[in-house]
Amino acid sequence: MKTSLQKKRTKKIIYYVVIILISITFLIPIYMAFITSLKGRAEINLATAWKLPKKITFVGYTNAITTLGPYLKNSIILTVSATVISSFLGAINGYIFSKNKFKGSELIFTLMLFGMFIPYQIILIPLFTALRTLHFTGLKGLILAHVVYGIPIVTMLFRNFYDQIPNSILESGRIDGANYFTVFTMLILPLSIPSFVVVGIWQFTQIWNEFLWAICLTSQETNPITVGLSQLSGGQAVAWNDSMAGAIISAIPVLCIYIFLGKYFIQGLLSGSVKG
Amino acid sequence: MKKVFAIVTIAALVMGSIFASGAKEASTMSSVDENKVTLNSNTPKGDLEIFSWWAGDEGPALDALIVDFKGDYPEVNLINATVTGGSGVNAKAVLKTRMLNNDPPESFQVHAGQELIGTWVDADRMLDLTPLFEDQGWLNIFPSDVIELIGTDDGIWSVPVCVHKSNVMWYIPSNLKKWGVKVPKTLDEFFAVAEVLQAKGIVPLSMGTTWTAVENWENVALATLGVADYNKLWNGELAWTDPKVVEVWENFGKLLDYTNKDAASLSWQQATDMVVGGQAAFNFMGDWAAGYMMTTLKLAPGTGFGWANTPGTTGAFQFLSDSFGIPKGCSNQDAAVAWLKACGSKSGQDAFNPLKGSIPVRTDADMSLYSAYSKSAADNFANDDIVGSLAHGVVANEGFMNDFNAVLERFNESRDAKSAAQASKEIAVSNNMAN
Amino acid sequence: MSKKNSREKLYSVLILLPSIILVSIFVYGFIGTTIYSSMTDWKGMSANPVKNFIGWDNYKTLFTSFIQIGFRQDLVNTVFYTLILLFGTLILGLFLAILLDRQVRYEAVYRTIFLYPMALSFIVSGTVWRWLLAPSGGLNVIPTWFGGEKGTFQWISSKVQILQFNWQNIFQIISALLLVIFIFVLISSIKSGNKKEKIKYSIICGFFALFTFVVLPLLPPPLAEKEMHGFNLATIGIIFAGVWQYSGYAMALYLAGLRGLSGSIRESARLDGANEFMYYWKIAIPNLRPITMSAVVIMAHISLKMFDLIYAMAGTDNEFTGHPSVRMYTTTFRANKFALGSAMAVILFLFAALFIIPYIIRSHKERG
Repeated sequence: MKTSLQKKRTKKIIYYVVIILISITFLIPIYMAFITSLKGRAEINLATAWKLPKKITFVGYTNAITTLGPYLKNSIILTVSATVISSFLGAINGYIFSKNKFKGSELIFTLMLFGMFIPYQIILIPLFTALRTLHFTGLKGLILAHVVYGIPIVTMLFRNFYDQIPNSILESGRIDGANYFTVFTMLILPLSIPSFVVVGIWQFTQIWNEFLWAICLTSQETNPITVGLSQLSGGQAVAWNDSMAGAIISAIPVLCIYIFLGKYFIQGLLSGSVKG
Repeated sequence: MKKVFAIVTIAALVMGSIFASGAKEASTMSSVDENKVTLNSNTPKGDLEIFSWWAGDEGPALDALIVDFKGDYPEVNLINATVTGGSGVNAKAVLKTRMLNNDPPESFQVHAGQELIGTWVDADRMLDLTPLFEDQGWLNIFPSDVIELIGTDDGIWSVPVCVHKSNVMWYIPSNLKKWGVKVPKTLDEFFAVAEVLQAKGIVPLSMGTTWTAVENWENVALATLGVADYNKLWNGELAWTDPKVVEVWENFGKLLDYTNKDAASLSWQQATDMVVGGQAAFNFMGDWAAGYMMTTLKLAPGTGFGWANTPGTTGAFQFLSDSFGIPKGCSNQDAAVAWLKACGSKSGQDAFNPLKGSIPVRTDADMSLYSAYSKSAADNFANDDIVGSLAHGVVANEGFMNDFNAVLERFNESRDAKSAAQASKEIAVSNNMAN
Repeated sequence: MSKKNSREKLYSVLILLPSIILVSIFVYGFIGTTIYSSMTDWKGMSANPVKNFIGWDNYKTLFTSFIQIGFRQDLVNTVFYTLILLFGTLILGLFLAILLDRQVRYEAVYRTIFLYPMALSFIVSGTVWRWLLAPSGGLNVIPTWFGGEKGTFQWISSKVQILQFNWQNIFQIISALLLVIFIFVLISSIKSGNKKEKIKYSIICGFFALFTFVVLPLLPPPLAEKEMHGFNLATIGIIFAGVWQYSGYAMALYLAGLRGLSGSIRESARLDGANEFMYYWKIAIPNLRPITMSAVVIMAHISLKMFDLIYAMAGTDNEFTGHPSVRMYTTTFRANKFALGSAMAVILFLFAALFIIPYIIRSHKERG
């Protein structure tokens, strides 16, 4: 008959075993990518896929950096601009849909939300046509495309967040003399930091990793990093070490954001972006 | 409030429908014949955008051709726009989006044959290059079989840069010796050998994802039908439901029984790896496999790996060719013409092909630059009957190829030859390849 | 006072205006052109294409032509892809959140481990998973480390199909599923005792029952010949990769939700004698329902992006792992059949948009 303390102990051990096993499972793909990136071309084979490299070589990384280097700047410009613009647009839209409703605003919001579900491959052709007609080519056009198609989701996230802010804050602000605009800038914005983190991280990830529009809407000099990545993985005979090294390199900026801002991400979700 | 909303919505929808009708810009070509390429003696300069899906291992070959080009035309700014991935489907997405918006590159890579004709020529998008062929004397230097396959009654539409052979069977001689089997010359011999190999636990034929299966199908078709009937199938004289064609499917089904079960998850190199590693005996693949085995796996042609025609296709050369053409409405036709001249030139082809592992189209190439395998392939090319490949767009247009993938996969599941033949007939009719 | 009010309402509209215009053009304008294209016979790369209006023909082809069996299977696949991805990520995410909800040491480390897959693009993770799920290597080799036999499941190459049904019965199957859903709704309204609702749902259930068992069998079948479809096991590998990638996101959502439940609720539950399990089952999880709603919308949006994952893992031609988005891509850009591709896109759009309906109904109820 186990004592209650022993029961607690076994529960704890089981708990740690479970969580460590799951963690290992989650890490398997990155392990695979990592060891493949350090192998030489000839060593890469399905039969020896799990084995550590016999000879560690960085040729995968040097090739990857040579290919991806020129595109890094483009990706940064694209993703940072689109994320910033997108987040602010979401904030003001969310504020209106949440706190300044008017007749028909619910309908407009619902219609915007439907826009989230359009399959992005099929609008490639009309999108290209539209951007060309507006003379919004290159990175400018791509930024515009991402901002527009991000509107539904960022608006939804911010609206959910603002729903959690009690109206009394706005009312007392009004009483203290704030007008329509200063309520937003002075009261709401400072409270929105967690939501900006959530939305920013989401948009950054989606835009940084997007491939199809990137390749169609930009030309050589303005290609972002995802295009370079596909060049590493393309061709008749794929150099898997280059490809995996490239994948790891291109994931680093986003990973850094997750590692350092992960805490704020959860906090942001905690502060209410989560609730419907 | 509702009124404002309504007005805004209507305005937006109107604007949206304006974009829907597409920005149609009239392409004005003031010179002689709008449909033919214009030759002049201007020095080409300015921007030249060439579009391809060569990357990775094929990159160096294209780079060598570009170097050759730049030597002759230093004032041209060549922009190498490559889009890789998905065996060209991404490149096609980008190219077609641009073409639909009348923003063509000066030249783009395309498989010579029906892929080019069905998609671009029929849509009246390409310039007829006959004047260029005449000017450069290519009509006498390129094999006439090839010119026939890549042109139509109305003209010649692209300049082939390289030729690959798709009916090649690869094996490791030392392994075959070890297992005591000889290289099969006919399909029946192959099936007999396959039985022996299977009994020993060796996969007789390694295969990769769908397009490699299509290639295997075309090899079987050539073997079953022979050169004459094979050609008849593609020009509509032989019906898809003819018993001879049904027999092709039956043979193909038999072939599939001897392939590896995990074919769908393997790339073609992984299938080749199976042969090199001894898990499989044979692999039917185009001759880029030679490049892979020589350059990456460092095997010597003849001793490290061996080749033969796929069973039943002795005396025939199933060819495919990458080529470049000039789309109508491109902004720098002079530079595009210069590029095509380089593509068809002796120095250009001899710079490109040794690195790509293919053989030149020109019959006057310097064969000393080529590997042992390529020399034997060039020999075949000069002497054998040349027929077109299905998987690589010579004999069938894109619509057909796309639907054929589905028919093949369905056959894979059902192994019903009659129903596959019937389905092929339907897609041939719906894609204007048969009546 | 009301003058200020209407002036402010004007501000609201004006601020929203740019977004409204952009969405109208880029979303609804394009949906409009896509729908229009889908009703023509547009194909080929001609500079001045001839687009004849053919009405619903493309849709008829997609649902009845022999050549498009693959498309119909893709639709069946989509049901499984979307539902299993949804359930998989939410359930695994919830499980991970509950695990981490206990002030464990190094929580930040575990959290990062579960969350990092989301930082990758589907193309990158798809490429790695393709290796991992290769039947001759990858995961199938793991049992051999423990002395077992190499796994024989063919993963993406698998040709196995379970839960087969005949497409000729498709309407009955859909109707029966709706019947089952409404029976559940009826049961919950019986429990809540609302008389008006009970009657409403009883009528609806009766209607669907009648439809399924009486009306539909009397009508001609949608297809001339028998055609079997089902759940392709090849999709499991891809769903696996998708769940791996996004369960971290669901975990983050649920973790925030769990933490948001004030500590006093937990304390009082404990004082009332509830153990851990009952606390989660009866109190915490029901409170997480709004989170689930919002997560469903986002995951449905992600399921459309599965194109990247399927493309990277199985390529464009694997009939067993097909998805309308992949088929639409090849039909449009490889076969140049723009009208047919547009029809596929419209169907896909409608299907994905279905998932937003519960969210909207709920939002409406809360705000109304």
